[in-house]
Amino acid sequence: MSSSARIAALLMDRQREAAGFSRREFMKFCGLVAVALGMEASMGPVVARALEGKRRPSVIYMHGAECTGCTEALLRAVDPYVDVLIMEIISLDYCETIMAAAGDASHKALETAMRNPDGYICTIEGAIPTRDGGLYGQVGGETMLSLFSRVAAGAKAVIAMGSCASFGGIQAAAPNPSGAKGVGEALAAVGVAPINIAGCPPNPVNYIGTVVHLLTKGMPELDSARRPRMFFGRTVHDLCERRKHFDKGEFAPSFSSEEARAGWCLHKLGCRGPWTYNNCPTALFNQTNWPVRAGGPCIGCSEPGFWDQLAPFSTDIREKKRA
Amino acid sequence: MATPTKKYTGPITVDPVTRIEGHLKIRVDVRDGVIVKAFSSTQLFRGLEQIVQGRPPHEVHNYVQRACGVCTTTHSLTSIRAVEDAIGLTPPPAAQLIRHLILSSLIVHDHLVHFYHLHALDFFDMADALNADPVAAARLQGELAGRDTDPGEYFIVQSRLRKFVEGGQLGWLTNAYFLGGHPAYRLSPEENLVMAANYLAALRVQLKLARAMAVFCGKNPHSQTMQVGGVTCYDSLRPERLEEFRALYGECREFINANFKGDLFLLGRRYPEVARYGAVSNHFAFDDFPDPETGRDFFFPSGVLWNRDFKRLESLDTGHIKEHVARSWYEPGPERHPYEGVTAPQYTGYDEDGRYSWSKAPRYKGEPMECGPLARRAIAYARGEEETVRRLDEWLAASKLKPENIFSTLGRTACRMVESVELVNRMQGWLDDLQARTRAGKVEIYKEWTMTDKARGVGLCAVTRGALSHWINIEGGTTANYQMVVPSTWNLGPRCSAGKPSPVEEALTGNPVEDPERPVEILRTVHSFDPCIACSVHVLQPGGRERVFKVL
Repeated sequence: MSSSARIAALLMDRQREAAGFSRREFMKFCGLVAVALGMEASMGPVVARALEGKRRPSVIYMHGAECTGCTEALLRAVDPYVDVLIMEIISLDYCETIMAAAGDASHKALETAMRNPDGYICTIEGAIPTRDGGLYGQVGGETMLSLFSRVAAGAKAVIAMGSCASFGGIQAAAPNPSGAKGVGEALAAVGVAPINIAGCPPNPVNYIGTVVHLLTKGMPELDSARRPRMFFGRTVHDLCERRKHFDKGEFAPSFSSEEARAGWCLHKLGCRGPWTYNNCPTALFNQTNWPVRAGGPCIGCSEPGFWDQLAPFSTDIREKKRA
Repeated sequence: MATPTKKYTGPITVDPVTRIEGHLKIRVDVRDGVIVKAFSSTQLFRGLEQIVQGRPPHEVHNYVQRACGVCTTTHSLTSIRAVEDAIGLTPPPAAQLIRHLILSSLIVHDHLVHFYHLHALDFFDMADALNADPVAAARLQGELAGRDTDPGEYFIVQSRLRKFVEGGQLGWLTNAYFLGGHPAYRLSPEENLVMAANYLAALRVQLKLARAMAVFCGKNPHSQTMQVGGVTCYDSLRPERLEEFRALYGECREFINANFKGDLFLLGRRYPEVARYGAVSNHFAFDDFPDPETGRDFFFPSGVLWNRDFKRLESLDTGHIKEHVARSWYEPGPERHPYEGVTAPQYTGYDEDGRYSWSKAPRYKGEPMECGPLARRAIAYARGEEETVRRLDEWLAASKLKPENIFSTLGRTACRMVESVELVNRMQGWLDDLQARTRAGKVEIYKEWTMTDKARGVGLCAVTRGALSHWINIEGGTTANYQMVVPSTWNLGPRCSAGKPSPVEEALTGNPVEDPERPVEILRTVHSFDPCIACSVHVLQPGGRERVFKVL
């Protein structure tokens, strides 16, 4: 074989491998999703068939009054990686943080996506300023309140990404200068009832799992705060790996103590795990850690109004209740 | 889309500016294809400083960290520094080292994501990568990165892209300025494929560095282990945790030293004209990364550089910082120190002759100042610091440019690359130091403290986008007043009371615009500042007293 033919053969192999590579990754993802949704791993191919429509489902991702931490969290996903998510699973038709187009061209992309005959899932990150008609937040000369009303009202489903979109978040903390509200509250008038993926930031696993649930099994079961029970059904405290210390009454009295060094319970240092519904201890952040494991008490970031209701964060919550 | 042959004259508005953090509107006037006037308007108000008033000072860092999830941890760290300054606490050396590792990882991560995912699409055409010869692309990447490359990688990327583009759903690339060809995009198909491959690879590299941060922070974004007094991440001191950090950051280090660096050499070669506009007159920087034992010998030194003159370098005095509101949507008032009093938000509509932004206009000795990687590297260059001089000169020579060209749209991003390389290589020393301390015995990472009844403090930090400062007044043991002066307020604010344009407004003036429908040159210059708008929108609170500034 000539050297050029050898290279050509090698490259053909590579090309086949490339196709197989992404297929393998996709099937692995479908198996993981099946498990996340409470099915057997062998249901992976069923999930795969549901996701392998002719066209990838459209997602419109809006940014309101936020810090972009939720988008950053999504960039940390590995099952699937975010490039697989936006190239092979969904069609991310509007997302100001990463989209190539800007200004009028981006606005046209949004209008086109909203006319998609197959519909779209609307994700909103951030709260919606409502004071003085919402003029504290504007995109392309339109208030977020007005723009998001249009986008969300026309969606097949609305996902509030993070605690700001779910419940108003940081900018809604007292005295809430901009009248910021969560999506459900701000857009109730136009009939929007979102799924709340709470957390500051939310775990990307919970967001992707919800999107896939919507695409394969429809609306997930929600709790009273409209969070999917499959992710927010238990407290951080229940799932906590330091729970054994709590049960034995082994509390770290200060951050400089030997008990803190030894990994005892952080309850007396302000941990809000018992009041917080989320799956941080089992889902983990960045595939490797979560705050209490590292040594930082939970601040209750997936609970409505936690910036006021669960603060101050460095006090034993029983003292707060007494006060 | 056809490009008009006649040079355009008229207005252009870009709203929203995408591929940034937050909400920004840019409006320019163009005459004969050149920008003659520019206005930068931030479009969101959140009021975080009002929200932290009356809260325990040592808890404010939780709140203000949520100013930004992109430069996450920096606002937390800066707030903690302000409170530690107020109560006179120096954190233990090992805590300083951990904070250095968190901050340096954050800056490098942020620079990486900014370049590939927020900025690079201004320079490369992802669709044109389909026309490339993957073998030639691999050869090119090998030459740029100085290491062996595998043609198979480029086949994989190209076949994925082909499937994506031919599927007809362009998703986040819909309506990209480069689609259908654009005269200001000039990379060859192979060069576009190299950039596309690195764009996708960087998406997976960045999460490793974020994971490295989570080793110490508990999660990323938004750390939960930095506290007034030090850090509380005892679990992260285990040998296997430190090794995990080392392995994760090591992968990123390799990518940055090879691919990130190589791609800036590619852009320097193909877009030298982008290094001839976008200059700003004045630059300044804060100190950061002190020696953990002495608190001195900063790896990032402070300074003020006037009029792009490497000989006009002077030391920084934060007493000269004042914020102006004459052109911002706040009740009118005089220029004030960050410690002084202020005004409530007052929206009056977009008016370029009057008020047009939620951002204030900070000034140093009355002058607008650029801060960020370009300012820091220019100051290091002016000080003759060996590594910065060597790395910048290497890039300038390869791009056939002169030192003055670093003051430009492309120079800003070249400095970002140089800074990333310097920082990612410096991290090993801090990690080795920390590891040696943990091996030697029990290390202290947290110091007890008592909150003072009345004090004020400032936290200064050299963050990704420039000079960040937080100012706190503590009264009755609680937060009486809180003020954040952030890099994107410096770089992307509006005009000041003297009518002087902000750095981005100055930088845009003189930029060419080839196609007013697809003004990629505007995006190149605005993106070169890496706008982070959530940080820059806030309100000052009434305090009313003259304050003495203290330098940390």
